This record gives sequence, C-alpha cells and structure tokens, in this order.
Amino acid sequence: MPMAGEKGRGRLFVIAVPYLWLLALFLAPFLIVFKISLSQDAVAQPPYTPLLDFSQGWAGFVDFLSGLSFDNYLYVLDFSNEFIEAYGSSLVIASISTLLLLLVGYPIAYAMARAPRSIQPTLLMLVILPFWTSFLIRVYAWIGILSPEGLLNQGLMALGVIDEPLEILNTDIAVYIGIVYSYLPFMVLPLYSALEKLDETLLEAAADLGCPPTKAFWTITFPLSLPGVAAGALLCFIPAVGEFVIPDLLGGSNTLMIGKSLWTEFTVNRSWTVSSAVAVLLLLVLVIPIVIYQNIQQRELEAGK
Amino acid sequence: MRRGLTWFNVTAIVLGFAFLYIPILLLVVYSFNASRLVTVWAGFSTQWYWALLENEQLIDAAWVTLRIAFFSSLVSTVLGTMAALVLTRYGRFRGRTLFSGMIYAPLVMPEVITGLSLLLLFVAVNFDRGFWTVLLAHITFTMCFVAVVVQSRLVTFDRTLEEAALDLGCPPFRTFFSITLPLILPAVVSGFMLAFTLSLDDLVIASFTTGPGATTLPMRIYSQVRLGVTPEINAVCTILIAIVTVVVIIASIVTKRAESLRQAEERAALQG
Repeated sequence: MPMAGEKGRGRLFVIAVPYLWLLALFLAPFLIVFKISLSQDAVAQPPYTPLLDFSQGWAGFVDFLSGLSFDNYLYVLDFSNEFIEAYGSSLVIASISTLLLLLVGYPIAYAMARAPRSIQPTLLMLVILPFWTSFLIRVYAWIGILSPEGLLNQGLMALGVIDEPLEILNTDIAVYIGIVYSYLPFMVLPLYSALEKLDETLLEAAADLGCPPTKAFWTITFPLSLPGVAAGALLCFIPAVGEFVIPDLLGGSNTLMIGKSLWTEFTVNRSWTVSSAVAVLLLLVLVIPIVIYQNIQQRELEAGK
Repeated sequence: MRRGLTWFNVTAIVLGFAFLYIPILLLVVYSFNASRLVTVWAGFSTQWYWALLENEQLIDAAWVTLRIAFFSSLVSTVLGTMAALVLTRYGRFRGRTLFSGMIYAPLVMPEVITGLSLLLLFVAVNFDRGFWTVLLAHITFTMCFVAVVVQSRLVTFDRTLEEAALDLGCPPFRTFFSITLPLILPAVVSGFMLAFTLSLDDLVIASFTTGPGATTLPMRIYSQVRLGVTPEINAVCTILIAIVTVVVIIASIVTKRAESLRQAEERAALQG
C-alpha cells in the first residue's frame, strides 16, 4: 500500500499506547501479586522477602527459585483460618443476591420495555441516575433506615406491625438488601436492552394462535431475554463475590465475605504475602465467570457490527 | 416488544423507583434535621451545612478528590477512546484477545484485587505513594469503562463518511478529528463523566494506593461512617448528590439538543 508508512505508524501508536498502559498497570501487577503470594513475610520494608534480584545473575535466580514457598496457600486453605468459609459464604451471598436481583430487576426491565417509546428515555435515566451518586452514600443511607432505632423500625412500630425493633442492621439480611440496592441498575440495564430488542410480531403470532400471555412469556419472551439475563447476572455476581464496603458497613461481625477478609488480613494483620495468596485464589474462583462475561461482551460487539 | 402497560407493569415500575429513590430522599431530608440524633426529626435547620465549612479536613479531602477525578478522567478519556478505536476499527492483530481481555476484566474485577495489585506494583518499583499513585490507579480502572461506552457508539456508527474522507485522500489522523470525533463526541463526553464519577466515588482502590497527604473524600466519609451516622455526613452526601444530579441532567439535555440539531442538519442536507 502506498500510504502504509504513515498509516502503519499511526495505527501502531493508537494500539501501543493503551496496550502498554494496561500491560504495565493491569497485567504486571497481577504477576507481582502472584510472586508475592509465593514469598515469605519479612520484618522489612516492604514486608516480604525480595522479588527476583537480577543484579546477582544466575545465583540470584537460584535463590529466587529456592525462596518460593506455598506456605501462604497452605495457611489460606487451612480450615481453622476461616478463609475457606469466607470464600464459600461469599459465593453463597453473591448467588442469592444475584437471584434476588433477577427477581426484582426483571419486572422493572420488562415494564420499561413495554412502556410507550416516548417515556422510555426518561425511565432509563431514572434507573441510571442513582448509579451516578456515590456507592458509599447509597450504602450509608441504609444504615439510618435499618438500625434498631432507624426509620424502618420506627415506621413498623408506629403502624403496630411489630412491638419491638427488628434486628436487621449487622446481619446477612442487611447485606442482601445493600447488594440488591446498589447493583440494581447493573441488572436492569442489560435486561432492558435485551427485552427492548424483542420482535413483537412473535408475541402477536402467539396470541393470534391462541397462546395465553403467561405461556407466551415463558416460551418466547423469557428464552429470548436470556443473553440479557446472563450479562446482568454476571455483571452483578462477579463484583459481589469480592464486595468489601457492603459487608463491612451493613453486615455483622459474623458476616464472612472474602473481600472483607482480604482487607482485614492486609490492614490489620499486615501480612502482604497472605493477602496476595487470598487475592490469587479469589481470582481463580472468578476466572470462569469472568471469561464467560468477556465472551458475551465480545459477541455483543461482533453482533453490533 | 408489545406496547401498553398492565397494572402489574405499573406496580413494578412504581415500587422499583420507590426502592431506588426513597433511601436517597430520606438521607437528604435528614441532613436538614436540627437534632444531632439522625433518626429523630426535630425541625428544619441548615446548621450541619455551616459546620462543614469549618471542617478543614473534609474540605482538603474534597479538593484532593476533585483534582484526582478531573485529571484522571481527562487522561482515561483519551486512553479509553483509543482503546475503543482499537477494538472496533483495527480488526485482528496479534495480541488482540489479550487486549480485549484487559479491557473487559477490570469492569467486573473486585476492587480489593485491583487495589492490592496496584499497591504491590507501586511498592515493587519504589514509587512514593500519594496523589500520583491514586491518579495512575484511577486512570487504569476508569479507562476501561470509557472504552466500553465509546465502543458501543462506534459499532452503531455509519462508516461511509470516514471511508469517503479516506478515499478522497484525507489523512487518517485528520479524518479522526474532523469526522469521527464530532460524531462520537456525546459518547466521549459521557465516558468522561462516567470516569469522573467513578473516580469521585472510589474508596477501596484509593485506600490501597494512597499515601501520606492524599486522603480522598470517600476515605474521610468512610472513616466517619464507621463511627456511626451523623448529620454532617448526611449534609456532605446531599451536596454530592445535588452536584451529580445537576451535572447529569444538564449533560442529558445538552446531548439531546446536539442530537436533534444533528438530525435537523442531516434532514436539511438531504433536502438541500
């Protein structure tokens, strides 16, 4: 091509800049986490035995290999240290929350898709708007509502529904409420975009042929919305597994979630090597859902072309 | 999708929006409470807002946060737009799978992992932690959100104009600035705003990567929230909510105007 020179250089530049940035600040950090998870704690600054020391040449490399240890993984995988339980309970809490999000989000997305075209942009903006306000603020708002002397208990007592305050704050129920509340827009938006694209002639045909609306929903609408269900569920499930702020502020002392354990291990116990091992194992747990999510995104991208 | 709302649909929308908005409204209402007890209403007062003006720590933190949010979203908008072009315009090249993986993974990556890994990187290369490290961390995770927003505009984009310009000998660089960029500008602007609010909002990644002298507003709010609900915090939150709401509404009006102006121009050009 005659213009390959300039065009090629421009193209290379546009690819190289974001590529190198992500290699240096997204991929390289993971390799460092992996390395440190195989190191030992040291009373030093930084508090772990050093990374590969190139200045020592071959001897440094041998030292590096002999310094590797799986002690941190053995520590994390030891049942008495509660990490296993935290992984398990994070997965359970994230799964139940995702299911609740689907139950709450689907009717909203469905109604939005059925609403007159003229008000759909407004409804869409109303769903997105809370997402723009701080995550921390939205979680904080629930503390004042759910606490024993909070607004929910006051309201229910005033109505005579209950005689004494319900214990909701600092329990797993508060964590579910917090996750469903904060992640709702992430569930509604993919569901809405899948439902909105649905070909209405299919439903008309079903109705003409005498199919009752409920059956039409389960045989036509729901199966066709499954890509949206999958995208929304993964978009909520994956970050929810590693959630830290919600269990920390709304959950109780016995709410175990791995994001919180990692944070505590890092800030309170100050063991960088064990926190790294926790992070590596968390990533291993999440790698399959992350890959599925990427494939869905990739297919959306191809479909849009 | 068939139009027309049943009672079930209307109830779903009303309850859904009530669930989304009532907690925020209560927070705003109780920031005007005269009582220090957040849950007992004792009359209207703006005293907590005046108290904020004397809270220097909070004002410092707000200033740090705004500077980080502004500069990080500026850089991440440029990087994210480039990444979106790579994903949509450059076809296959070696390492493309890795590239798209590095764009989509941060969107769902738990923040504790991103935060920890960036901190360990900064320590490993002996980079002093503070303002700059938070800035770099925020650019990295927000650029992926910008890339996805801009990319979704680029895929639905009529490429004939770009191709015409290139065929007529317009250099790719100029084609981008005189044709592509004006057309995708609304997406670039909303990418910038998304990056800005994500940075403004971030607690976990900033807590891991910060150092002395760079305490951000979410970090301050968080350390006070852990001690309990206070009306000052309600007031800070109300101010933040007000700013964000006004900005989002103005932005949506501006993009709508720009869109209808563009459509009108297109119609005029066709009739012309």
